[in-house]
Amino acid sequence: MDLSYTAEEEQFRAELRRWLATVLPTLPTKPSPDDWPGRRAYDLGWQRRLYDAGYADVHWDASPTLRLIFLEETEKAGAPYVGAGFVGLLHAGPTIAAEGTDEQRARWLPPILRGDEVWCQGFSEPEAGSDLAALRTRAWRDGDDYVVSGSKIWTSHAEVADWCELLVRTDPAAPKHRGISWLAMPMDAPGITVRPLRTLAGSAEFAEVFLDEVRVPVGNRVGAENDGWRVTMVTLSFERGTAFVGEVVACRRVLRELAVEARKNGRWDDPALRRRLGALNAEFRALWRLTQWNVSEAEARGGVPGVGASVFKLRYSQVRQDLYDAAAEVLGEGALDLRAPWVVDRLSSLSYTIAAGTSQIQQNIVAERILGLPKGR
Amino acid sequence: MRFQLTVEQRALRDTVRAAVGRRAPAGSSGLVAPTRRSRTCHSPAPLSGMQVAGDSQLRLDRGMWRALGELGFFSLRLPEADGGAGLGLPEAVLAFEEAGRALVPGPLVATHLAAGVVPGADTGEVVVAAADGRLVEWMDEADVVLPGAEGAVAMRSVDPLTPLHRVPAPAPTDSVAVLLTAAEQLGTATRACELAVQHARTREQFGQPIGAFQAVKHLCAQLLVRVEPARAAVYAAAVTEDPADIAAARLLADEAAVRGARDCLQVHGGMGFTWESEVHLLLKRAWVRAQRGGGRTESEELLAAELTV
Ligand SMILES: Cc1cc2nc3c(=O)[nH]c(=O)nc-3n(C[C@H](O)[C@H](O)[C@H](O)COP(=O)(O)OP(=O)(O)OC[C@H]3O[C@@H](n4cnc5c(N)ncnc54)[C@H](O)[C@@H]3O)c2cc1C
Repeated sequence: MDLSYTAEEEQFRAELRRWLATVLPTLPTKPSPDDWPGRRAYDLGWQRRLYDAGYADVHWDASPTLRLIFLEETEKAGAPYVGAGFVGLLHAGPTIAAEGTDEQRARWLPPILRGDEVWCQGFSEPEAGSDLAALRTRAWRDGDDYVVSGSKIWTSHAEVADWCELLVRTDPAAPKHRGISWLAMPMDAPGITVRPLRTLAGSAEFAEVFLDEVRVPVGNRVGAENDGWRVTMVTLSFERGTAFVGEVVACRRVLRELAVEARKNGRWDDPALRRRLGALNAEFRALWRLTQWNVSEAEARGGVPGVGASVFKLRYSQVRQDLYDAAAEVLGEGALDLRAPWVVDRLSSLSYTIAAGTSQIQQNIVAERILGLPKGR
Repeated sequence: MRFQLTVEQRALRDTVRAAVGRRAPAGSSGLVAPTRRSRTCHSPAPLSGMQVAGDSQLRLDRGMWRALGELGFFSLRLPEADGGAGLGLPEAVLAFEEAGRALVPGPLVATHLAAGVVPGADTGEVVVAAADGRLVEWMDEADVVLPGAEGAVAMRSVDPLTPLHRVPAPAPTDSVAVLLTAAEQLGTATRACELAVQHARTREQFGQPIGAFQAVKHLCAQLLVRVEPARAAVYAAAVTEDPADIAAARLLADEAAVRGARDCLQVHGGMGFTWESEVHLLLKRAWVRAQRGGGRTESEELLAAELTV
């Protein structure tokens, strides 16, 4: 058990810190959360800087420990989060790197790393959310193309994406897990309509996507035809395995801010509230230690995150909601003012037990795949 | 950063597991109640409820204590020059986790902390009890009680395997004792998870194992979701020895053990409510440990204060 870093890792951290200190003050001001074109430009601009400085491929080429240091330091320094680059950098990219052909890697990976192209995730459908394999969007062959019809929903930042990692049904006669394929669909293809959906936090975070005979070249399929479910599992393990590291650091910062605020407004004298913040400190410390544990394990196993990520996700999504509920305690009636700090974050945190697999589904995964309990009906 | 068990640490854990497992095998009270008068904590035979429920004095098995001494359980952290193994807190934590998993009875933490201070504690020849918070465990069976137990009053202990006295003034908190308690709680929480899963796999109702039902499945999943962060927190605290890390470890481990034992009991249904099943022993021991010094209120206050520095 060792929590110290190697000289090489410490050097990476020190150089990154120095670089962040010089570059962050030169960044333009952050666009408002609702300005998606503005956010796209801002997030891609940041990615471009990372690329030029040699940090871009840290998400899927570097060792898990370097990735951890990267996420820790960028978050501590208040650097922009991956934002619009989330799907490309954190799951489509790693999936293509793992499952794509050389040609596909050459076509799609460099623009993700350079911050030229944004990806979105077209997995969920109105009738297939938790039961993802029940998806019905059809794709049939016509020459060198697939012709795709159907609809997707909850597609995060679809209106500013260039590409969509799309799950389609290529064999309707096969059992539901067997007839699925994973396609890279260009979002400017004719036949695609994007209708933004407003979230309960008031922003247009995600969208419905309607597909009407959209032509996608067969060469855009990653993995074999009808083998898309296996490829999807690779995608999901990346989605749950690495996505939350920076956020734990951010939550620890928020917790300190809450303590400062509570001392300022007198709420700190309430022992129940104080102790609640103390208990949250324990939670986030433990989550950070669990992150280090999981990263060390991934390092030992060659980089692919294991199902242990579901354990982390379950606890984290709950504690994140507890954190912002505690923020509301600190704010009192101020928590009803949308302009107060943490209020929009409190609303957003409600999605954490739903997005990337609901807590109920995660519990099934933990019970069946880690604890070995029988599959239920 | 290689935050995983080393080969040596794994070996140590397995050795302790095998040793305390022999004393206290699965099903694992490790105890027997031979007569109403004197019950000795050593044999792996199952507990008999009525006997243990009596008021007769619980005896600590000195043979078991010496065996733990021979194993190096108490002298683990003493320098080799003093007859110890010269190991650190991470190794101690792994040993105490196994003891907690097997519910080994006796004032383990107090004797371990007394090694090198009280002659004979390191080898297990001498049993040392201590006031920890407002409690003294195993006072009447101990050769030495630290730092003394002025005004101690016997309780009728809720845990049939831990005799208790209550002292009027709380003893000061030792941070290593807090951490080792967390390690024991972690072991008990792990055991609760294992037992629940084992039962859920085998017990059938409505023509299938109850573990196929989602309500049961989710109880089991939550058991693990509490154990894993607690484990990471306990191990990290053993490495850093940071007071806030130790407090966090204690909070998570207490919760994992207490809540875990309750959920384990629920998974066992009526069987879980019987004296014969081991489950109540997990819960009662977890309750006792949760009352030791450095428990919930103290830890939460410490962690709150840490936020403002
Ligand atoms: C903010 C946000 C962003 C998202 N972004 C994307 C995206 O970019 N791309 C994308 O493809 N998807 C995205 N999603 C969709 C997300 O993955 C789904 O919402 C999620 O998988 C749940 O599916 P559902 O909404 O259809 O709920 P349902 O599956 O209808 O579930 C409703 C309720 O029933 C429960 N339930 C369902 N099945 C079971 C079961 N077997 N056992 C127990 N309980 C069950 C669920 O836990 C939930 O509580 C996003 C969602 C959110 C909230």
